[in-house]
Amino acid sequence: MSTAVTTAPPAAGAPPSSVRRRRRLGSTGIVYLALVGILLISVVLVGLRGGNFFSQSTVAYMLTQTSLLGFVAIGQTFVILCRSLDLSVGYVVALCSIVGATTMAGDPNRVWLGVVAALAVAAGVGLVNGLVISRLRVNPFIATLGVGLIIKGYLDTQFKGPAGSVPASFQGFGYTRIGPVPVSTIVMVAVAVLGVVLLTRTRSGYHMFAVGGNVDVARLSGIRTGRSIVLAHVLCSLCAGVAGLLIAARFSTGNALVYSYGLDLDSIAAVVLGGTLLLGGRGSVAGTVGGVAILAVLDTTFNVLDINPFFKDVLRGAIIIAAVALYARRQIDPASSRARFLPGRRAAPSAPTGTSGPATGGASA
Amino acid sequence: MTTTSTSRPSTPVVEPILRLRGIGKEFFGNSVLRGIDLDVRPGEVHALVGENGAGKSTLMKIIAGVHRPDAGTMTLDDAPATFTSPLAAQVVGVSTVFQEFNLLPERTVAENVYLGREPRRFGLVDAARMDRDTSELLTELGLVGISPWMRVGSLSVAEQQIVEIVKAVSYDARIISMDEPTAALADQEVELLYELVRRLKERGVAILYVSHRLKEIFDLCDTITVLKDGNQVITTATADITPDQLVRTMVGREFSGYFPEKDPTTVPGEVRLALQGVGNTQVDDVTLEVRSGEIVALAGLQGSGRTEIAHGIFGIAPFSRGRVLIDGTEHTLTSARQAVRAGLALVTEDRKAEGLALGQSILANARLVLDSVTPRTSGSRARRIPGILSSLDLVARSAETEVQYLSGGNQQKVVLAKWLVTDPDVIVLDEPTRGIDVGAKRAVYDLMRELTADGVAVLLISSELPEVVAMADRILVMRDGRLAGELPAGSDEETVMSLATGAGEESAEHVAVDLSVLAEHPEALAALPGASDAAHRPGGQPADRPVQQEER
Repeated sequence: MSTAVTTAPPAAGAPPSSVRRRRRLGSTGIVYLALVGILLISVVLVGLRGGNFFSQSTVAYMLTQTSLLGFVAIGQTFVILCRSLDLSVGYVVALCSIVGATTMAGDPNRVWLGVVAALAVAAGVGLVNGLVISRLRVNPFIATLGVGLIIKGYLDTQFKGPAGSVPASFQGFGYTRIGPVPVSTIVMVAVAVLGVVLLTRTRSGYHMFAVGGNVDVARLSGIRTGRSIVLAHVLCSLCAGVAGLLIAARFSTGNALVYSYGLDLDSIAAVVLGGTLLLGGRGSVAGTVGGVAILAVLDTTFNVLDINPFFKDVLRGAIIIAAVALYARRQIDPASSRARFLPGRRAAPSAPTGTSGPATGGASA
Repeated sequence: MTTTSTSRPSTPVVEPILRLRGIGKEFFGNSVLRGIDLDVRPGEVHALVGENGAGKSTLMKIIAGVHRPDAGTMTLDDAPATFTSPLAAQVVGVSTVFQEFNLLPERTVAENVYLGREPRRFGLVDAARMDRDTSELLTELGLVGISPWMRVGSLSVAEQQIVEIVKAVSYDARIISMDEPTAALADQEVELLYELVRRLKERGVAILYVSHRLKEIFDLCDTITVLKDGNQVITTATADITPDQLVRTMVGREFSGYFPEKDPTTVPGEVRLALQGVGNTQVDDVTLEVRSGEIVALAGLQGSGRTEIAHGIFGIAPFSRGRVLIDGTEHTLTSARQAVRAGLALVTEDRKAEGLALGQSILANARLVLDSVTPRTSGSRARRIPGILSSLDLVARSAETEVQYLSGGNQQKVVLAKWLVTDPDVIVLDEPTRGIDVGAKRAVYDLMRELTADGVAVLLISSELPEVVAMADRILVMRDGRLAGELPAGSDEETVMSLATGAGEESAEHVAVDLSVLAEHPEALAALPGASDAAHRPGGQPADRPVQQEER
């Protein structure tokens, strides 16, 4: 009988999946858990000082803080998901605040024209970023830094101070509140919802995850990877453009110096704090909003507690590093390692059929 | 060159889906495939076997659309087919499951299966339908352990492989090629794959199965094609060939090399390196000794755990059990630095990634280990580097040349020099002659002889069977992370291959007996026809071939 041992009937799917089916707390869940934790600590700390963290003015301040960084960080999420990066966002914010304000020129009838002009300029910058990265294959870090510097040069030479003027009707975007909630925050949440839908419900979004996860796999699956990258950059710049309009509404004028706010690095910090992998392929807009909220809670608490600005930055830095270190630990997934034997101190048991002698163990049927 | 069509009377006539005729391929003027004829039939599992470098991977990549053939024709459904990309091949029903996975670990099973063609409803991705369709596919294929919403990164290697296959099926693949699908799988996982292959076969899918493991080939495959040095040796029905006949057709590749004779005055001395029952997650229960002046070869298939032994000895991926003795003293090495201090040297498998700083000079590379591990004496010791380099016949404009501009052979000599200046007691060579020219190979062999004459213990890891057989004093064969057996110097390639592939499924004693019979009958090898492109069935083999199958 030369037939070899036939394989046992369907032991297929032998390892029961019950262990794995237990839904692990996703990254976004952890971000919001962290947010709640930090919020609790803040409430206690502020309470100990005899303050009320949930007073209308504090909440309004906090939400105002979120919206500006929120827009930029939501945009940044798209590009980071695609394993890209955008360092030009700060300059785009400044440029769009000026484009918006100068186009409106104080005329209430030109508000929409100003909005469209600012967003068109933003989209143009994003298109350039995306094409330089996908077509010229320039590293995103360098490409967006270069584009940012070009915008900076233009702003520095053409606009020494504030430029243009925003009509009162549009300033409402910066100041109007419904209860403690600023309109800008509502708009930000709306943009976030659109972002969530894009990433989780459209092919474009799915493909961004694929491009960021493994560009070769994406290409082999027929995805036009260049398009995904360009789209992400256009969306990112558009979000920065909206942030620029918000700046213009708040200052009632365009201001070139906004680029020194550090929105570029803050937005990246917020995205990473929100659980998005800096190497792309995993993340969410909801997480980013959580990350932005964490930063806003921290800033508000530091302000209310009147913490020295130097120490404030030290704390922020430490918290960001700690958070990302925590996420990194979770990514080591023991299930996907290619262990052939148990790692333990004792020798691994040989195959169940148990042929005697160590030399034959591996060959048993 | 005449092309004989493969006549296969033993199989009922099913028209092939894919026909390859006279396929040839060259890389940079080196011919790697010549005159390959292959018929792929629905519901048939067709094995593609051969040693490392025989051309299996290239042939698979041609069928997958990764490479374009330089000669010959491919016809799919009697129409000429040229696949411009893997996607183009996949769309017409020819899918390939490569060893490195084409999956996104952060996405779910369903998202991976439908990547790039997600079903839509009202413009939005219809995730529910995607899950449902994937679920149906999984049920049809009898896969109960995997759910569509699971994150691929959380699945085992076997399950990931299955997701790849499910993806292929979702493209309505009629031909699925699998490149050593079991190479990374544990025994119980292999069962899963077997079952899946059988179900695919029932569905009328043609399967091209590349594997080294003879047991799998005889369990699963209907037809076997053997490649050797880029030629098609035979194509035969599995029923018409025995495992040891198959092994015999695989080995005996032409080897353009020269092996220096062993100096009779070199005799093994003290045990320099001893492993006693070592193991970790990749290898288990390995016991071996290497004496001074001795060359011990560690043979085995790729992925059998040889490199992991080297990494374990060297502290890169330390053993978690067992004992490592160097010169009789037990050592617990947990870093390469400690290993170097203990007198070990490791020439790694991938010299470009692990052996050299490509942008730095020859001299800087040769000093690398000295400077980092023994900085105090490196100045004086480094003075020997020019001498060592010239003794290795390194060809370069100057010692300041960046190593990236050197040939593979000369690069390897720099790696060797880097270790020789540390005066190692034990040197582990992992595939030391891979990708280098004949002259450089000879230099490596000469060096091995010189080292042993000086009392160094050499552990040679190699996939080149001729090299193993000619150079080693003893041959240890690994299979699936364990030692499968030990063979004396002068054993032939066939015996090594049998052990490595598990051709003899009986206990080790039986194999050893059979192998000794084989060794006495070298004429069995000579009876085989040389490499030819015509299909050939070894029906009339000499009757004196060892009757290894009796026991089964």
